[in-house]
Amino acid sequence: MVETIIFVLMGLAAIAGAITVVMARNPVYSAIGLLGTLFAVAVLYVLQLAHFVAAVQVIVYAGAVLTLFLFVIMLIGVDKEENREENLRFQRPVVGVLAGVIVVMAAALTAFGDFDWVPASGAVIPEVTNGTIQAVAEPLFTDWVLAFEATALLLTIAAAGAIALAHYRRRESTDG
Amino acid sequence: MTWAEFWIIILRVVLTFGLLLVLTIVNVWLERKVVADMQSRIGPNRAGPYGILQTVADGLKLFFKESVTPRKVELGMYVLAPFLAVVPAFLIFMMVPWGAPFMIGDQEVALQGADLNVGLLFILAMSSMAVYAVVLAGWSSGSKYPLIGGVRATAQAISYEAAMGLAMVAVVMFSATQGDGGTLSLAEIVERQSGTWGDIIPAFEPVARFIPRWNIFPQIVAFLIFLIAIVAETNRAPFDLVEAEQELVGGFHTEYSGMRFAMFFLAEYVNIFSMSAIAATLFLGGWNGPTFEGSVPAIISGILPTVYFLLKTYAIVFLFFWIRATLPRLRYDQLMSLGWKRLIPGALGWLILSTFVIAFRQFGVPWG
Repeated sequence: MVETIIFVLMGLAAIAGAITVVMARNPVYSAIGLLGTLFAVAVLYVLQLAHFVAAVQVIVYAGAVLTLFLFVIMLIGVDKEENREENLRFQRPVVGVLAGVIVVMAAALTAFGDFDWVPASGAVIPEVTNGTIQAVAEPLFTDWVLAFEATALLLTIAAAGAIALAHYRRRESTDG
Repeated sequence: MTWAEFWIIILRVVLTFGLLLVLTIVNVWLERKVVADMQSRIGPNRAGPYGILQTVADGLKLFFKESVTPRKVELGMYVLAPFLAVVPAFLIFMMVPWGAPFMIGDQEVALQGADLNVGLLFILAMSSMAVYAVVLAGWSSGSKYPLIGGVRATAQAISYEAAMGLAMVAVVMFSATQGDGGTLSLAEIVERQSGTWGDIIPAFEPVARFIPRWNIFPQIVAFLIFLIAIVAETNRAPFDLVEAEQELVGGFHTEYSGMRFAMFFLAEYVNIFSMSAIAATLFLGGWNGPTFEGSVPAIISGILPTVYFLLKTYAIVFLFFWIRATLPRLRYDQLMSLGWKRLIPGALGWLILSTFVIAFRQFGVPWG
């Protein structure tokens, strides 16, 4: 019961946040809408007993990525008038059709699909309630260690590349 | 969940919240007194004995003052920002165990708001939320100086959070060798620092017997990095570029007054206390200490852990005040180069070094 209430509340919050992201005239409000969505989704993770994923979601997305978004929004100036002319003329009708398809599919799934809404309290709750980090770490460092290390290497290369590019540009502009 | 368990959770949260609120009121007074002593002044001495009620008086005054709303503010965010400052500040302290668990009937009550499996990650998440309050306050004020303060806050928070996280990783890795596998739960990390090094290193038993098994001894570099990072993270002098009076009037809270300003003020002091408490928990053994169980009344040995916790925390809080009273503010470029060119490489180096030592102690030399 409690799970269902929280799920519905957080689902609505996530949708409200997502709508704010696209509808808000001011990019700062869009960023805050995204923050709300990320938080609501994090609570949904906690509901699924994935505490680790929830915490990492808040640290990485809400803590780091969105802070950078806000930083950039403020650096380029929020109060500037935006050019609202659309370059892609068909994007609105295409998005409308796609959204319609998704809504129909979601409705069909809800009506005819064979699934439980959310695990009601009293349903089977795994024993690992208090061991989610261990549960994530073990496959990550045994079965998937190669993929994990490769991803780490990729991220390092990307970071080094970004710094190198920034330096290269600066030298070029001071020379010329 | 039974009703007894439910009420115990409520009790834990209320106790932790109450403790934090009362101590924060004391801390504001304490800082004014300590800084006054260091500057050969008297400090507050009118309200109550030694002026200890001064904070209460100031709080009431701010509460009844008009909250002036400047015409150019972006109202929604302007009102929201103080709340965004206060909520994470209080949530952080919920993770800190501040006393030994005790029994009510057959139920164990841990003196800690909540013991999460991902406790440390939760702390990192909440401390990174604190920056939104400053940024949004600065931006929504619709005025130059607060905006500059807000932009500075973003850059500073991102830089020093990295160093703080890396220092935490080193401690967590070390702590993993002290018990059965790694843990991010603060209660567990405290538990693993009980006793003395005498039990762990038999070779130096006669000396090590007197050295408590705190993480600060093997992780002293991580402790220093963590300490610098939390001073920067709470925007305290000498890293208070965010609200530098001489440059930015009041920084991000220039346009705030009355109750809304009081909330920023409260959040700052709550953050100082909880960050010090976390440092004490991670590095100074939390509530561990000799409780003389059996030779003194049970009530005393039950309260002593909380006393030890407060002593350790206040040692660090005092350090915060001391640094503020003695060190001049850094320049902005100095702040950035300290964060990125010294603290983060230092933390990374220490992390690698301590990883090698831990691996050597666990597995021996790779060629052996």
